Amino acid sequence: MIVFAVAAVSNRKMLRSVIYLLFVLVGVAGIFFLIDYNFLAAVQLTVYAGGIIVLMIFSVLLVHHIELELEVAKPLKQVITAITCLIGIGVVLSTIYTHNFNVVENDKLTTTADVGSKMLSYEAGGFILPFEVISILLLAAMVGAIIIAKGKKLVNKTKD
Amino acid sequence: MIEGITIYELLTLTTIIFFIGVYGFLTRTNLISMLISVELILNASVVNFVIINKYLYPDMLQGVFFSIFIIAVAAAETALAISIIINLYRQISSVEVKDTEIMKH
Repeated sequence: MIVFAVAAVSNRKMLRSVIYLLFVLVGVAGIFFLIDYNFLAAVQLTVYAGGIIVLMIFSVLLVHHIELELEVAKPLKQVITAITCLIGIGVVLSTIYTHNFNVVENDKLTTTADVGSKMLSYEAGGFILPFEVISILLLAAMVGAIIIAKGKKLVNKTKD
Repeated sequence: MIEGITIYELLTLTTIIFFIGVYGFLTRTNLISMLISVELILNASVVNFVIINKYLYPDMLQGVFFSIFIIAVAAAETALAISIIINLYRQISSVEVKDTEIMKH
């Protein structure tokens, strides 16, 4: 996964880096399968690996010629950014390894029914309100995306 | 939890993926590449939520809900960003950051 992530951000051909991102997302879904969150893995596969990757491939094909080589940032900027990121990795990893996690040994299986009933419960700790809010947000985002992508034509019509 | 894999190894993996995303976001000069980097960052945080939920608090499901919400918000964000990019490409025929000076026509 790390190899594919590096390839996704360093490849100079757009379409290839999108495909490497697809491999990273599938690997994340594999982690979810391994720790027994089957529903989450299914969501990851459909929404990310299905929806978002297809959207990105569409936009790459609309916007680019496939053979086009991208220009990259200056080498100095790349080196500075890489050093900064390595320092960040070092700080975060040293924090993680000095902290003593209180791991609970378990092999609990979470079914989709558990997730659904907890998410739609009205009692304390239920997640019905964020669920509704996120549905409204998705609707607004989709309508906004359509209007922005339509762009000029719509504006001209309203002017007439 | 996964047999034989500790929480430290999984958190190391997500940390490295997160910082690869940050590196890509800062070095690439193309809007779509930056979007790919943002996806990497969001995915690392989603895996963190799920792992901490599973390893430290296996009786609760809060991490799973937050992951689902993050995935939904990321989908909405990607759709909007791509529509903006396509609209921008129509107007200035480029998706490079340095050519992007106007957001309003």
